[in-house]
Amino acid sequence: MDKLKITIDNRTIEVPPGTTILQAARMIGENYPPAMCYYTPLKETGGKCRVCLVKVTQSSEANPRPMPKLVASCLTKVENGMVVENETSTEVLEARKGVVEFLLINHPLDCPICDQAGECDLQNLSYKHGTEATRYEEGRREFEKIDIGDNIQLHMTRCILCYRCVYTADQITNSRVHGVLNRGDAAEIGTYIKNAINNDFSGNVIDVCPVGALTDKKYRFSQRVWFSKPFYAHRNCDKCGGEAVVWIKNNDIIRVTSRKDKFGEVIKFICNECRFDHKNMNDWSIENVYELDNDSVINANKYKHVEESPAVNVDAKFVSE
Amino acid sequence: MTILSSNTIQEINNIKSRYPEGREKSALIPALHLAQAEQGWLPVQAMNEVAELLKIQPIEVYEVATFYTMFHIKKVGKYVIEVCRTGPCCNVGAEELIQYMEEKLKIKVGETTEDGLITLKTVECLAACGTGPVLQIGPDYIYQEQITKEKFDQLVEDLKIKGR
Amino acid sequence: MSKKILLQHINVPGINTLETYVSHGGYQSLKKAFSMTPDEVTEEVKKSGLRGRGGAGFPTGMKWSFLDKKTDKPRYLVCNADESEPGTFKDRYLMQNIPHALIEGMIVSSYALGAKTSYIYVRGEMMHVIRILEAAIKDAYRAGYLGNNILGSNYSLDLFVHPGGGAYICGEETALLESLEGNRGNPRNKPPFPAVWGLYGCPTVVNNVETISDVPWIINNGGDAYASIGIGKSTGTKLISACGNINRPGVYEIELGLSVEEFIYSDQYCGGIPNGKKLKAVVAGGSSVPILPADLILKTANGDPRLMSYESLSDGGFVSGTMLGSGGFIVYDEDQCIVRNLWNFSRFYHHESCGQCSPCREGTGWMEKVLHRIENGHGKMSDIDLLVDVAKKIEGKTICPLGEAAAWPVASAIRHFRAEFEEHIKNPDSCCKKHLHSEHALIH
Repeated sequence: MDKLKITIDNRTIEVPPGTTILQAARMIGENYPPAMCYYTPLKETGGKCRVCLVKVTQSSEANPRPMPKLVASCLTKVENGMVVENETSTEVLEARKGVVEFLLINHPLDCPICDQAGECDLQNLSYKHGTEATRYEEGRREFEKIDIGDNIQLHMTRCILCYRCVYTADQITNSRVHGVLNRGDAAEIGTYIKNAINNDFSGNVIDVCPVGALTDKKYRFSQRVWFSKPFYAHRNCDKCGGEAVVWIKNNDIIRVTSRKDKFGEVIKFICNECRFDHKNMNDWSIENVYELDNDSVINANKYKHVEESPAVNVDAKFVSE
Repeated sequence: MTILSSNTIQEINNIKSRYPEGREKSALIPALHLAQAEQGWLPVQAMNEVAELLKIQPIEVYEVATFYTMFHIKKVGKYVIEVCRTGPCCNVGAEELIQYMEEKLKIKVGETTEDGLITLKTVECLAACGTGPVLQIGPDYIYQEQITKEKFDQLVEDLKIKGR
Repeated sequence: MSKKILLQHINVPGINTLETYVSHGGYQSLKKAFSMTPDEVTEEVKKSGLRGRGGAGFPTGMKWSFLDKKTDKPRYLVCNADESEPGTFKDRYLMQNIPHALIEGMIVSSYALGAKTSYIYVRGEMMHVIRILEAAIKDAYRAGYLGNNILGSNYSLDLFVHPGGGAYICGEETALLESLEGNRGNPRNKPPFPAVWGLYGCPTVVNNVETISDVPWIINNGGDAYASIGIGKSTGTKLISACGNINRPGVYEIELGLSVEEFIYSDQYCGGIPNGKKLKAVVAGGSSVPILPADLILKTANGDPRLMSYESLSDGGFVSGTMLGSGGFIVYDEDQCIVRNLWNFSRFYHHESCGQCSPCREGTGWMEKVLHRIENGHGKMSDIDLLVDVAKKIEGKTICPLGEAAAWPVASAIRHFRAEFEEHIKNPDSCCKKHLHSEHALIH
């Protein structure tokens, strides 16, 4: 089928049919809309957080009328001749500012004591689209921290209800024991009865969580993320293939995560064994430095200039098998 | 051993046939109503049994049971008085009446009388705005309209007799 | 006396039974419909100009014609009987008193759409209505109006009642379908619309109780006859449920185009305001639509008499107009407090938000909390503009119309009654003398 032409913020690109506005914007590569709930590797995600709203000023070549409301770019499919305003529209930026404010009114503003700080999508989002002060003076929603199994901690207070972890459990693991309970602003992620989220791939809920709601219990507060250095690494693993990122400090692996693309999305999910049980340097073949393309406070060019082989930095005897 | 009676299980299985094959989950809300009518509320065991009957994960039942306001996920009294608190009923005295109910039953909204007979609950609009204040009494859910203090007193007396 | 279509026989004793209903012309439309092709039935409904009576007012025939008939998948008709919009109680009245009107409408409409199985989704709280409908459906099966080969037409239909579990949001058609599939009532992102991707991913039409109940008359008398009733594009009659400070609350069938003034003051309808009180404001179409002060509900900004029609009620846009909505007509006399009423509605929307998308989940609670503060004497002048801004940031940004439903009452109350909000903030005790604090302001 013929490619479709779409113009976003005055830049035009041709995309295959079925492409969404968000994907097209990512193909253009600059100033693409943010996404807090949409997640390419997980089916059915998107449409919920509303930070990716854009203005369609021309629906298509055949139908030059604008769309009446802002639309979720993560779900809206490109039509040939579509014209979209993202950051060139004050209406979009104003709406986005509003959504960021909504996401923050019940979110604790305590990044300095949050383990996710430095690699938090919400933190990055509010730097770019939020305001400095809050207008919210009412009480905030708070929950107790819950251990869901030995490896994962849930702190619902920080959750923005993106549903990604629910889709992960549905699609990546073999059974789902957690979900969204209650409704409205009382809705929460939970297991209802005391239950551990524990199967071969459950640890991936940590990687898909855009905030500090689901964290690695064995890593939590052991280290600020920017004090460790990430490396591509692999090991032989029947379950997941063992392609991961190991985070090293003082020649110790302090955590293992899956590899993410420049949009912060997991490229290949890893198993719990790789994530939680292999923290020994000789468990892994360590490769290059893992560059953080993501628009985040931790990269701030910090790792961009490290050109040495990791073997230089870490003790050689631990590196190759 | 199941806690749901064989009658209820049979009824749930009958309801499944209203929906296409592979869509048994459609029977979830009707099944939870049946389970609740029998048990008085929805203990975890009852929800797990419903999950099994409908071939879904227990969490899918918990997600639904906690979403809809009619389902009691905590133990309630033998009768639940659900009184409307929305605008049109308030315009004809629902707020004063709710206060009276609290005094009369010596409990707050959301609580159950000491003898376990009555739970008082406020609900949103019951679509009886022309004949407010309105309440209904579970588990039968019969609407009682144009409620006055006197009518309420009588209702409570009736429940005391009925609940013996 | 204006034309009656739905409530013509409401006072006939036993009209709730099949026998009496049939003896008053009930189920006549089936034979006529089966003598036509399904598309011809749809064409009559199109001609009638009938518009969705649930609140949105979308042309019914057009909605039917969008149904995807190209796929091999089954098609469904689902009746939205989740009546929960504050101020609205017409569907309950109709189903309770003339259940066969809906069932007859479901059969004819299902035939037009090619549905083999149809569902009536009734809100769970109305268990008594569910029992009435189930008994009536049983009678209709027994009489051969449902089941296999209805009246020898070769058309077969199964009809089921499905109870909800208590959630206003399930009145939104895609939330209703999710709920019918056994899920949480989270509305779907659209497109795709139900006409393409509805129940179980199949083409589906969702129509309101009153809309479907209008169809038999249209088939019996023709679309043109229906279109000749009413005014302009507001054809036919509409059930209005009237409540609040009026002498005669109840459900009235009006010919669209009746003047609002006559509706409020005529003894045939609301019968005026009790105790010699003055009219202060009206919410004309269920709690979601903008509130209008007395002068603007009786006359448009241009000074024309305001009529009970889609067009006249929305004349002036949201600056000076409102909407016909569901027909939930709430009247406020001079003693009613706008701030307290608004807080109450805001609490409703906060309580009923599904929580799926951020602006509605967070914004409805925020508005309720601020209004609760103002109502309890802790308001600040800056709160008024804050409310306007929060409402604006919800409106148009959400997955479903609950965002608008929560935002419009706030925006309109402040637009028309700002002084009352200011007075509340300046002198918290001067306005409402009946403060009651026993109720929880927040969810659960």
